[in-house]
Amino acid sequence: MDADRLIYMDNTMKTFSELKKNLKKDVSQLTSIKIAVLGDTATQFIVQALKGEGIDHNINLQIWEADFNQIERQVLDPSSELYEYSPESVLIFKSSHKLLLKYNKLDLSNQPKLADSEMASIKDLVANIHNNISAKVIYFNYAEIDDSVFGNYASKTESSFLFQLRKLNYELMTFAAKNTNIDIVDLSSIQNTIGKLKFTQASIYINSEMIISIDALPLVAKRTVNLIAAQKGKINKCIILDLDNTTWGGIIGDDGMENIQIGSLGIGKAFSEFQYWVKKLKNRGVVVCICSKNTESVAKEPFEKHPDMVLRLEDISVFIANWENKADNIRHIQSILNIGFDSMVFLDDNPFERNMVRENIPDITVPELPEDPANYLEYLYGLNLFETVSVSNEDLERTKLYQTEAARVQVHSSFTNEDDFLENLEMQSTIQAFNNFNSPRISQLSQRSNQFNLRTIRYTEGEIKGMAESDKYFTFSFTLDDRFGENGLICVIILEKLDDNTIFIDTWFMSCRVLKRGMEYFVLNYLVSFAKEKGFSTLKGEYLSTQKNEIVKNHYKDLGFELQGSYYSLDVLNYQMKANHIKRKIIEDG
Amino acid sequence: MLEQLNKIFIDVLDDDEIIISESTSNADVDEWDSLNHIMLVVEIEGHFGIKFKSDEMLSWKNVGEMMDTILER
Repeated sequence: MDADRLIYMDNTMKTFSELKKNLKKDVSQLTSIKIAVLGDTATQFIVQALKGEGIDHNINLQIWEADFNQIERQVLDPSSELYEYSPESVLIFKSSHKLLLKYNKLDLSNQPKLADSEMASIKDLVANIHNNISAKVIYFNYAEIDDSVFGNYASKTESSFLFQLRKLNYELMTFAAKNTNIDIVDLSSIQNTIGKLKFTQASIYINSEMIISIDALPLVAKRTVNLIAAQKGKINKCIILDLDNTTWGGIIGDDGMENIQIGSLGIGKAFSEFQYWVKKLKNRGVVVCICSKNTESVAKEPFEKHPDMVLRLEDISVFIANWENKADNIRHIQSILNIGFDSMVFLDDNPFERNMVRENIPDITVPELPEDPANYLEYLYGLNLFETVSVSNEDLERTKLYQTEAARVQVHSSFTNEDDFLENLEMQSTIQAFNNFNSPRISQLSQRSNQFNLRTIRYTEGEIKGMAESDKYFTFSFTLDDRFGENGLICVIILEKLDDNTIFIDTWFMSCRVLKRGMEYFVLNYLVSFAKEKGFSTLKGEYLSTQKNEIVKNHYKDLGFELQGSYYSLDVLNYQMKANHIKRKIIEDG
Repeated sequence: MLEQLNKIFIDVLDDDEIIISESTSNADVDEWDSLNHIMLVVEIEGHFGIKFKSDEMLSWKNVGEMMDTILER
């Protein structure tokens, strides 16, 4: 199997013509996202590919396309069509071919300064966009062109084009690492994957200014839509692994622990490297679970005792090994993690199990793993399953969070009375206004929270900080800890002052991890006390329905608010405090 | 060959009604604009397993001339 086929073995990868056919589908039910596309070469095809790919991700990309070569004019003019369109993301594609033309015209003394001067103008573009609209910039980095003027010596010649191009790509990464307003699509890596000769068709480029070939467009569109979806919080959070012939070679129940292939035994290298990949995912916050048809003690033994195992029990959030059907087991895992099936990936070497899970749980991602385990990793790299636009400290703690949640679930089953169980948890909550420390996490949650979210208004980190400083808004973040451990920041409230009497709950979202703990009572009690203290008489709330927030449809009604028109209203002065088992924890310097 | 080309035209231009002849030019077919021309070129290259030269792509006055180039390969 050659490398090309490996990439396109991705059963979701379509050709450009197939993507174009998507454009005829009914998109009225899909999530709409407004995007602007600006390029210094022809962008018509990439726009079509993006729209088509978006539809396969249930996203209706509404794209405004700037006229050819209008990047600076649109960005620098505050009254431009770009700003009038007010997109959520601005995609900028400056091509390596145009960069090379620019370089070609430089005199010798300016060649070593190309990367710096380009970087300065990119920073200028990003700053200008940020000053005019609260849109994120999506920037295509530069696919490599080696003009072979210096041969290999280019790598040690600062004035060579290759040196400057690579420097620019590096500087872009450094800039993006410190700036939340820009995300990079790694076009250079895409060209590496499919090959330069395939990436640009010279004859077409010469005739049409089209840099990205028809064959390369679907992959470019896919990587870009992955990023756009991640900006919208559509990301995979969990990977569920089968064991025999997926995590190690051989069948533990038949072969015994000593004979499974891992490390240097047989084709064990393939599985060791696979496990390192999973471990890296876990270390960056992806939850790892096991779902295997095995006897539990037999399945766990290698995790505890095999010297070559990379994954250990402490890496696994939920470990399920039994003889039940896998769809039911995955539903059980989902109930513990409390995340959507559409954010879970299931890896299994057995086509029967894959189909069974796909049929029963349509939203879960089930990659069609290649037959030869040697190809697992390259195949999985190509799928780019774990796109993200941020990593917070919370992400890094996630495995532990879910392990303690699994422990809670077990203790819960030992109590028959719900109140006894909740009291036994010894829950404590800290309350803080938004500040520099919690703003990144709050904006991340704002992008990702779907289910327990009353209005689903997404805020960027910049907007979060803006509200923290505004007199018009009151901001609150809540944590929840119990005797099993910390849940971290799990609830966010933004109150907006409407007039002297009324305060509006602009934002109320909570992590689904803490459902059924009485957290909403604790929060409302606090909000009412706060409103009273500030002299407000009415707390006003609103429910905006989305595809995912059905569970909070009756939230305000259940809390005793009265429906008035399309809003809910609560009389603060006659409010009865709601009983719950959470105590406020006061922190020093709070 | 005309039949195969006709199928590609129908597919790329997304119009079942298109019937081309050797004398058909881009003025005769509404959807045959410069953008779709690129798509036609790429699809024809793929279908016949050939590559056109860059100076050929914009030189054809009609389908017949296009066919001449394909036959040369």
